[in-house]
Amino acid sequence: MSSLARTDLMQAVNAGLRRVPPALVYIVGLGWAGWLFFLAATGGLGVEPVEALEHRYGELALQLIVLGLAVTPLRRYLGVNLMPLRRAIGVVAFFFVLAHVLVWAVLDVQTLPAVWADILERPYVTIGMAGFLLLLPLAMTSNDWSVRKLGGAMWRKLHRLVYPAAFLGALHFVWLAKGFQIEPLVYLSAILGLLALRLRRRAHGHAKRAG
Amino acid sequence: VAGGLAGGGLRAQQEALEPNTWEEITSYNNYYEFGTGKSDPADHAHRLTTQPWSIQIDGLVDNPGTYTLEDILSEVEIEERIYRLRCVEAWSMVVPWNGFELADLLNRVGVQDGARYVAFETVMRPEEMPGLSVPVLDWPYREGLRLDEAMHPLTIMATGIYGEPIPNQNGAPIRLVVPWKYGFKSIKSIVRITLTADQPYASWNASQPGEYGFYSNVNPNVDHPRWSQATERRVGGGLFARRIPTLMFNGYADEVASLYEGMDLAEYF
Repeated sequence: MSSLARTDLMQAVNAGLRRVPPALVYIVGLGWAGWLFFLAATGGLGVEPVEALEHRYGELALQLIVLGLAVTPLRRYLGVNLMPLRRAIGVVAFFFVLAHVLVWAVLDVQTLPAVWADILERPYVTIGMAGFLLLLPLAMTSNDWSVRKLGGAMWRKLHRLVYPAAFLGALHFVWLAKGFQIEPLVYLSAILGLLALRLRRRAHGHAKRAG
Repeated sequence: VAGGLAGGGLRAQQEALEPNTWEEITSYNNYYEFGTGKSDPADHAHRLTTQPWSIQIDGLVDNPGTYTLEDILSEVEIEERIYRLRCVEAWSMVVPWNGFELADLLNRVGVQDGARYVAFETVMRPEEMPGLSVPVLDWPYREGLRLDEAMHPLTIMATGIYGEPIPNQNGAPIRLVVPWKYGFKSIKSIVRITLTADQPYASWNASQPGEYGFYSNVNPNVDHPRWSQATERRVGGGLFARRIPTLMFNGYADEVASLYEGMDLAEYF
């Protein structure tokens, strides 16, 4: 493909993306979560709905976190602009993490002492919970008021917490797998790759400034 | 006499057990040779050819050889056994198996004096079992029992469920069922049985010895390092079902606890 044709394609893609209101991302995300819950409650997710729902929410959360981390590289390297939807993607990702945690605590583990014991004693739960806690301040400051209040620089710094949170989320998935399994490693690789792109960029930036 | 007593206890327990439905038993399975997802076995196991079938029986036996399934079944009596099945992942079912006591087969082939363990092996056919392309474990899947566990009247070889031939995803055409141990000990689609003097290779035990012991008796007091074994989720209860307490030896303590007298079950887990 010539670079001109590529530019045309990207412009068409971006024009399409501009017509997607962020509200649509919220509606589809929440709707999808609700639909999955309905399926789980009515037998649509198989005979063991607690595990199925827990895993579906967790996987969707990881997928949206990967998408959220891909927004900047997509724009930088491919010219695809998802920036107007990034906040919505992030907030919906957090929503799925929250749903995952709630299904785990309320429907799966069921009692507070057992939830607490799992957090303290099971390393994969501990790191999963740590990832969730890291995302809390991000979800609470994903609004214009917080950006103004914190200032752009501070807000961006705070939201770099998504990097360790994403890594912990992927590690959580790898850790809970029985035996050697491919799928969790795919998520871990994707997240490490997306984080590496940023490190490379930062290293380059520093080198230039130093030069 | 011991067999008769165990049988009596068994009947008493059967009356209290409500079996899971056919759909539950045949749609939610762990059979990693067909994939690690719970529905992978039901989706892919139809590719496994189960006829003809034979089992190679060797090691410390008087009559080693390759026995066809028909031959094996011609000498045994198939009966129904309604057993709890407790997975190491902390879910459980109740399954109405059809099968025969493993002891009947072992007695037929003649166990020699030096034998102390029984090793089992699952069929390995990469062209029929897509999960074998992923090295989740060191294939073929292998399991083992101590000889007294293998000879125990509760230990059966199952060939059916609900009076139907056992579906491929559940381990067709013939599998082991050891109801007081975590499910992975009950090896599926068996093609080889070997009597040995030494403790045999067991797949999960070998892959993560700290997580899966050779014995792997159901024990609510000894947690898996990554999760609690104190309670379990009974499949079929739906989204809002309460967990139920896990029973020592999966509820078969009266029958099997004596096998482990004097053993520290936290050490030999």
